[in-house]
Amino acid sequence: MKAILKGAFAAAAALLVAGAAHAATLDDIKKAGVLKCGINTGLPGFAYTDDNGKWTGFDVAYCRALSAAVFGDPDKVKYVNLTGKNRFPALASGEIDVLSRNTTWTFSRDVDLGFTFIGVAYYDGQGFIGRKAMGVKSAKELDGASVCIQTGTTTELNLADFFRVNKIKYEPVPIETNEEARKAYVAERCDVYTTDASGLAATKTTFAKPSDHMVFPEIISKEPLGPLVRQGDDQWADIARWTLNALINAEEYGVTAANVDKLAAKATDNPEVNRMLGTEGSLGAMLGLRKTWAVDAIKAEGNYAEIFERYLGTKTPLGLARGLNALYTNGGILYAPPMR
Amino acid sequence: MAQNASVGLTGRPGWQRLWSDERTRGLIYQLLAVLGLALVVAFIVSNTIANLQRAGLASGFGFLFDQAFFDINQKLVEYSSTSTFGRALIVGMLNTVLVSAMGIVAATAIGFFAGVLRLSPNFLLSRIVGAYVEITRNVPLLLQIIFWWVVLSGLPKVRDSLALGDAVFLNNRGVRLPAPLFESGFEWVLAAALAGIAAAVYVARWARRRQQLTGQNFPVVWTGLALIVGLPALVYWIAGSPVAWDIPEPTRFNFRGGFNVTPELVALWIALSTYTGAFISEIVRAGILSVSKGQTEAAGALGLRPGQTMWLVVIPQAMRVVIPPLTSQYLNLTKNSSLAIAIGYQDLVSIGGTILNQSGQALEVVGIWMAVYLGLSLLTSLFMNWYNRRIALVER
Repeated sequence: MKAILKGAFAAAAALLVAGAAHAATLDDIKKAGVLKCGINTGLPGFAYTDDNGKWTGFDVAYCRALSAAVFGDPDKVKYVNLTGKNRFPALASGEIDVLSRNTTWTFSRDVDLGFTFIGVAYYDGQGFIGRKAMGVKSAKELDGASVCIQTGTTTELNLADFFRVNKIKYEPVPIETNEEARKAYVAERCDVYTTDASGLAATKTTFAKPSDHMVFPEIISKEPLGPLVRQGDDQWADIARWTLNALINAEEYGVTAANVDKLAAKATDNPEVNRMLGTEGSLGAMLGLRKTWAVDAIKAEGNYAEIFERYLGTKTPLGLARGLNALYTNGGILYAPPMR
Repeated sequence: MAQNASVGLTGRPGWQRLWSDERTRGLIYQLLAVLGLALVVAFIVSNTIANLQRAGLASGFGFLFDQAFFDINQKLVEYSSTSTFGRALIVGMLNTVLVSAMGIVAATAIGFFAGVLRLSPNFLLSRIVGAYVEITRNVPLLLQIIFWWVVLSGLPKVRDSLALGDAVFLNNRGVRLPAPLFESGFEWVLAAALAGIAAAVYVARWARRRQQLTGQNFPVVWTGLALIVGLPALVYWIAGSPVAWDIPEPTRFNFRGGFNVTPELVALWIALSTYTGAFISEIVRAGILSVSKGQTEAAGALGLRPGQTMWLVVIPQAMRVVIPPLTSQYLNLTKNSSLAIAIGYQDLVSIGGTILNQSGQALEVVGIWMAVYLGLSLLTSLFMNWYNRRIALVER
């Protein structure tokens, strides 16, 4: 209900304030003194509150890096929690400046909905989790099962495609948020829960006995998750895009939160690092930012590898391996364009 | 009068004369107000269109013909993920109508019973009903919907379903019932049922007229029941039982066959009807109390029993007071059914929200929502107003 209200309000807000949000997002953000970042309503690893009640996680880290790039301060962020349903109206209406909420980059969202995806922060795919006691080994054996899904997501569409193509039947149990879907699954309202594999790993950690459940081997879709901004303000899209690229490149060049200050103190023998950290060239000025924009962004939460390992990696409860999300030099497909 | 005024004002210029005329002045004010309102609306509309175009969002209702790609679990008409957005909206609207209609029937029954019982001289009975009314009326509906949903999710798991004669299964995924499969010959049963209803109505009218003319009673209820139930049953037997039953069978995950009433529908239905029923009971109570005591005493003096007094004398007069606020409760119930989204019942708002998200057509979808609820409410009002006029006291 709340989601719908928000959606309706966003639509109403779009009526009244549309126009204000289009021209120069960067100026608006600087004037407001705060970056409005749309994140999940709660998903372990990606966006959750820590012991002090502060939002943290993989998606939140990007908001903080972007805030640091703009303001030099990672804490000038106002987090707006959004469901799968109200995230797009919130972005379209200018309620948020950037959406960093494990959102799949698809053709229609990029083209038809009028957004610009600025890159891929996490390569994911949709999977299923079920109880081991069911004795099911593959998602193709799920004929007649009840499946919990979050509404308004690509997973809802992939699910329908998967069962239609495999000519098997299922009962969809639509749920608004990840948390409610988890509860419905625990109450055995449904046999399996489907979402992105990373989300399944995150959700599995919250079960009373995680070992009673298994993630099926099938990955039924490509889910490149990344931040997105409104279409029509290329300067702001560039800032968002190159902040992400800087974090990935920082990993490749060995720039970390710990050594970034030292490397930025004076030019090193790696010109790529020098240009990124502002000791050579004028990349910051081209974006309309400070010379040290990337230094601040990296200092916020570290480079891509540091962020990944802190929130999602094998030492966290989620225990996700880098897999596709390793750098191209390490057998993954993570590849950021050069800083030149 | 008008002549007098114009005579008194002769000599002044025409516009001043117009301005001094109260009626003309009122008209000018109203014209200005309408003009102002039209300007504001025109500004909002043109601004919206311009901004939507700038944001690259196509507007219009063409998206209703695009493929939906998502599934719906409760559908009263044929629907699959290859159907269109438009059809998905129809499915959602029918689900809204279904739960609203079920809710209105149940809430009316609960409300009338509770309203009458609340006035019962039996202390315990009236207090129990009083407690029900005060509790359900004073707890937010959303919480009640979630409460019933949680209660229903506490039903046995699917593998431990409560079975009734191996045909009806109850678990936390709903009630699985046998589904009737109609075979040829059933149309005769249907025709017999219609004929039975028509005959019962005719008998009732005839009996009423006879009673008014001669004072003689006729067992209308039993005759009506025999006609409505007995006639189709007879034809059913003659036609050789033209209905087969699709009995649900347990499978690995759920049941195959039959049809399922989801816990979401049941939870929403219980919550809506008990909540609205409490309000209706208060309306009924007020209606009964509005009938003067003399009526009851007169009925008693004529020798009517208390039950007869209630249903033949008091309630018909109370209805005139009850119907207008009852209409509001029906409208509220229909609109409140949109809270379905909290528990994942796929009504118009839930499915519209999904479409809004997949197509990005926020304004159009919100517009459709408003139009459908407005339409449903107006239809309900029309019917209730017609009924209200029908039962209104004919004054001579």
